[in-house]
Amino acid sequence: MIRSSRLLGLPLAVALLAGACGGDDPIDVTGDDEMTVDSVQPERIVSINPTGTEMLYAVGAGDLVVAVDEFSYYPEGTPVTDLSGWDPNIEAILSYEPDLVVMDWNDDVRTGLEAAGVKVLVITAPSAFDEIYTQIEMIGDATGFDAEALAVIDDMRAAVEGLIADAPDGSTLTYYHELDNTLYSVTSSTFIGAVYSLFGLTNVADSADADGTTFGYPQLSDEYLLDADPDLIFLADTLCCAQSAETVAARPGWDQLRAVRDGNVVELDDDIVSRWGPRLVDFVEAIATAIESVDAA
Amino acid sequence: MTIEPARLRAGTLAAGFAVLLVAVVAGLGLGPVGIAPRAVLYALVDALPGVSADSGLSSIHEAIVQEVRLPRVVLGLLVGATLSVSGAAYQGAFRNPLVDPYLLGVAAGAGLGATIAITQNLGDGSGFTDLVPLSAFAGALFAVALSYGAGYIGGRSTASLVLAGVAVASFLTACQTYVLQANSDAFREVYSWILGRVATSGWSEPLLLLPYFVVAVAVMLRYRRALDILAVGDEEAQALGIDPRRVRIHVVVAASLGAAAAVSVSGLIGFVGIIVPHVVRLSFGTSYRVLIPLSILFGGAFMVLADLAARTLVEPAELPIGVVTAFLGAPFFVVVLRMSRREVW
Repeated sequence: MIRSSRLLGLPLAVALLAGACGGDDPIDVTGDDEMTVDSVQPERIVSINPTGTEMLYAVGAGDLVVAVDEFSYYPEGTPVTDLSGWDPNIEAILSYEPDLVVMDWNDDVRTGLEAAGVKVLVITAPSAFDEIYTQIEMIGDATGFDAEALAVIDDMRAAVEGLIADAPDGSTLTYYHELDNTLYSVTSSTFIGAVYSLFGLTNVADSADADGTTFGYPQLSDEYLLDADPDLIFLADTLCCAQSAETVAARPGWDQLRAVRDGNVVELDDDIVSRWGPRLVDFVEAIATAIESVDAA
Repeated sequence: MTIEPARLRAGTLAAGFAVLLVAVVAGLGLGPVGIAPRAVLYALVDALPGVSADSGLSSIHEAIVQEVRLPRVVLGLLVGATLSVSGAAYQGAFRNPLVDPYLLGVAAGAGLGATIAITQNLGDGSGFTDLVPLSAFAGALFAVALSYGAGYIGGRSTASLVLAGVAVASFLTACQTYVLQANSDAFREVYSWILGRVATSGWSEPLLLLPYFVVAVAVMLRYRRALDILAVGDEEAQALGIDPRRVRIHVVVAASLGAAAAVSVSGLIGFVGIIVPHVVRLSFGTSYRVLIPLSILFGGAFMVLADLAARTLVEPAELPIGVVTAFLGAPFFVVVLRMSRREVW
């Protein structure tokens, strides 16, 4: 699945319409049962999960990767194919003769691949920040790059902790994280929300999904958002929907918002924010910088 | 068919306006953010050109009334009225109670157009320059043209046109699904569009829709008598001096333009075009001289109230309006169906 954390936020109605998803709770699914340590190092890896791809390359297993899905275009030089991570085709995957497939949660495809004798590693959007480290460890473990994975984790941990320690206190600030220009957002119960919580920021979308009916991805009403008047606005729809500080300021009434007036609209890279690989440090850094700029004002 | 008084009584018309007024007042006065009715009124008066009134509201609350609620209510009114009157007209032109404004592929065409625009990153939600509604509108008109072309080949009868519409809609929906599968990262955006929303980026959407609303309403009001005559059959209509083909083409073109424009600014809002005309039929009679004006008024009122529900039922989150119209509209219709002593058709 691509930009998984966003896709997992499909509203209930979408699931009903599309007949997909089957109402499964994406948060409960972890790859724990794939953790079985195996001494045999894979030689041909297919990744149809962009986050998985980024992790594979980060731990140094990039040379073993023979094919990735259409959205696994980071880091540069990945063997991008037209494989789909959203709607995986078992035969197409098997045509690359993999001995390890890294994918998002999809039980049918997983069962099919395992029946064909291929090892499968499932990587899904984590619900807590530390799960990223566990997933990178799993990737290292499955590919034989255990030590390298631990080094990547140490670096990430140090960078993230450093940024948090150096950032001013964010507990008095509120924020709004925008997934698209119809005001879909995330609550603190999502992985993206958990990143902001590291700084103590308060999410204005939390009350919109208090009971979790939208799995933490509510669509806010426009007047509520205006009334909430958040200190910080983070745009994770700069690529998908061509949003920017200017387009946001041009929305009806938004010129009155303090974040718009004070220049605290932060333009993020959709991909970096919605994937939870090693590049997440960039996201954490963007938040830290934003808090500093509010604090300095 | 029961015999009904064909003339629209002044009292009935006044009731229609009263219902619309109540809906508009509720739409402006209520919302997830509580604002005192008096302050709302002052803020609205203040929005009039050349008039100044101090609402005592913060600039943000004033913007909520003037720039969020007011355009939303106006857009809801226009969308609901256009879809309802188009549905009523389609039902008359095709002499079929099951027909809705999406019969000739308007929804499927608009869906394909919007999906292409969204997956190609053409949308920026910026109002007049946003290509998503324009692409949806083009897709809807393309679908109607295709249905007409295909139906014509099939021998000019209304039945062949209806069947052509079904075929075109299925074909374009398949195209849309294919485009979406190939661009699965746009999944949520596309479905969010399909499920409908009358949130605006200011006044651009109401202004985009307004000319088509005016055309649809003007044409339907002009042909309301002709539609009554059409109801007795083409041959009889011809004997009474009406050209059924001409009436049908004018009505269908105007209704399709209206539905296409409504759908392109608000997404695929279902149910309104079929339910509102039938509620009017059950309550006030089947004459198009009653049905056309009342469908405009009740359609507008229904959509304004549906949007109010969409933004307040799960506040501060929002429901897609397409879900609301069917979820509230279907049971409401069944109640009317049970209570009415009239024939449905």
